[in-house]
Amino acid sequence: MAKSEDEIVVEDPAAPASDSPAVTSNRAVDVAVSLLLLAFAGLLGFDNWRTGMGWDATGPQAGYFPFYLSVILAAASLWGLAKEFLVRGQASGTFVTREQLRRVMQVFVPTLLFCLFTQWLGLYVASFLLIAGFMVFVGRIAVWKSLLTAFLFSLIMFVTFEIAFDVLMPKGPLEALFGR
Amino acid sequence: MEAFGLLVYGFSVLLTWKILALMMVGLVLGIFVGVLPGLGGPNGVAILLPLTFTMDPTSAIVMLSCIYWGALFGGAITSILFNIPGEAWSVATTFDGYPMAQQGKAAEALTAAFTSSFIGSLVAVLLITFLAPGIASFALRFGPPEFFAVYLLTFCSFVGLGREEKHKTIISMALGLLLAGVGMDTVSGQLRMTFGLDELLRGINFLVAVIGLFGISEILLTMEERLALRGHAASISLRTVLKVWKEMPRYWVTLLRSSAIGCWLGITPGGAIAASFMSYNLAKRFSKDKESFGKGRIEGVFAPETAAHASGTSALLPMLALGIPGSGTAAILLGGLMVWGLNPGPLLFVEHKGFVWGLIASMYLGNVVGLVLVLTTVPLFAAILRVPFSAIAPMIVVSCAIGAYAIQNAMFDIWLMLLFGVVGYVFKKIGIPLAPFTLALVLGNRAEDSFRLSMIGAGGDMRVFWSNGLVGSITTLALILLFWPLLAGGLARLRGGLVNDRKGSAA
Repeated sequence: MAKSEDEIVVEDPAAPASDSPAVTSNRAVDVAVSLLLLAFAGLLGFDNWRTGMGWDATGPQAGYFPFYLSVILAAASLWGLAKEFLVRGQASGTFVTREQLRRVMQVFVPTLLFCLFTQWLGLYVASFLLIAGFMVFVGRIAVWKSLLTAFLFSLIMFVTFEIAFDVLMPKGPLEALFGR
Repeated sequence: MEAFGLLVYGFSVLLTWKILALMMVGLVLGIFVGVLPGLGGPNGVAILLPLTFTMDPTSAIVMLSCIYWGALFGGAITSILFNIPGEAWSVATTFDGYPMAQQGKAAEALTAAFTSSFIGSLVAVLLITFLAPGIASFALRFGPPEFFAVYLLTFCSFVGLGREEKHKTIISMALGLLLAGVGMDTVSGQLRMTFGLDELLRGINFLVAVIGLFGISEILLTMEERLALRGHAASISLRTVLKVWKEMPRYWVTLLRSSAIGCWLGITPGGAIAASFMSYNLAKRFSKDKESFGKGRIEGVFAPETAAHASGTSALLPMLALGIPGSGTAAILLGGLMVWGLNPGPLLFVEHKGFVWGLIASMYLGNVVGLVLVLTTVPLFAAILRVPFSAIAPMIVVSCAIGAYAIQNAMFDIWLMLLFGVVGYVFKKIGIPLAPFTLALVLGNRAEDSFRLSMIGAGGDMRVFWSNGLVGSITTLALILLFWPLLAGGLARLRGGLVNDRKGSAA
């Protein structure tokens, strides 16, 4: 490349192919979300009705405001559902393709594991594992670079939050070894 | 000039080495956050908020607002050099900014973007300086009905003026208001919607939700796309800067018009995106040479950038004066105020003069320093984009988790953040807007309290919202805005009918 000096190029070899088959359509997700919200509105509405959604001597009861909000939420979800079923015909876009979903899972699953590990090992160790693991397995970056980056980042975070700013994070057995 | 004296006082609060250093740190972090893909103004401010928990409120807000200015500046870099708008309001900047970069005029485009951003903010800050104290002292007379009417106006204008489908805006808002009510009821002390879960007693923290909705979900969304980048590197020389500045006065009408649009739409909630598009379109419409827009015309960079920054800055006006944020980021700053133990609202100007005027003074100084900083360090920040996303993504996840945990020292909040991340991902993809949710979640409790206090005061009579001219006109305006699409549709049909009639009679 001759113009490399005034060009910045970053490649993405693992990018999702544009012709990957769709997993679901926007419409299907739209309907599912509306149904979920409707159920959620029903649940909250019931709970607020139980708390008391009327008036007593001092004015509106605790459940009054949220009860009517659940009614509004339910109504808006029903409106959305009705629209989906009445306005048929027009094509709805793809919600996510199979390859896109795979990429999203590549971040989501490690994040989930990270949250679990934070509970057992403390945040800093979990953070080291997440960054190193992600860089090696998803980013395919050299192992030493990944380990070094993960270590430095976790260390900087530790120094910034625990020592400089006094913001305490969950800690595990490793920190206990050092008496923190 | 009372405001002027107070402003000088504000600068005196500001000019300590500690605050100036925090300001620089904030600006650098902000530009960093603005340049990185998958991050932006609201996310950056939300993630970095925990850094400020142990600071005094003035240092904290100065640093956070500087992160915000920095992020606004940073967004322009990626729009122009890479054709990737960092934020929705930078989209209009790419129309002419990227073509300019392709023609080898990247430095001019960047200078134009930064300078016009600076001008936009400056106009908005002047507005805040001279208008906010007046509005705040006027609002001191507000009682609960007036405040509820103002909250209602905020919510209704989102529904009526937003570009999204109406029922989706309503869903987002109702959900936010509902979740704000979870936990102990502030008026009666009763528990609501906790379903026996101890973790829900504290309620759902606004900042945890924001970190999940904007931070985590943005990472998920970014991964979905192709992450390959191709763009131009640029460095700005002093000669280019002076050349652009010399040209600038010719476009004073565009600059002024865009600033005015930005300020107006910034004060009304949810306006920054609309502001940048509107001012771009108006600049195009009033131009003698419409065809050259979209092909690398410098005016096409001036117009949207001025408006976006004017609106981003003026969104802080209602936040300071009334305690009502005009944008998502302003809502997060408002959440910050509460964490630092300040009570947002008009009393802020009376009780915390140092805080308010320090903040306003920092807007002036932060923008000047920010302008110099971006003009000199563009190549450095553009190079950040060379860092692979697979290294940045997990770091952002860790920062989000730190932020979520730090707010209440609760592991439960990290899980909640993850849940909101998934919710945000799905909502963004099916077009449920997140800004109304954010606003509703942060304002929910106060809106409900003011409603119930008005009801208690009036003995349950809804007519209290029309009991005097002020509250009556705000409530009526709110209802008009809520039904605006219907009204506008009706008016258009009426007018269309008349035109058709006339045509019919002419033929």
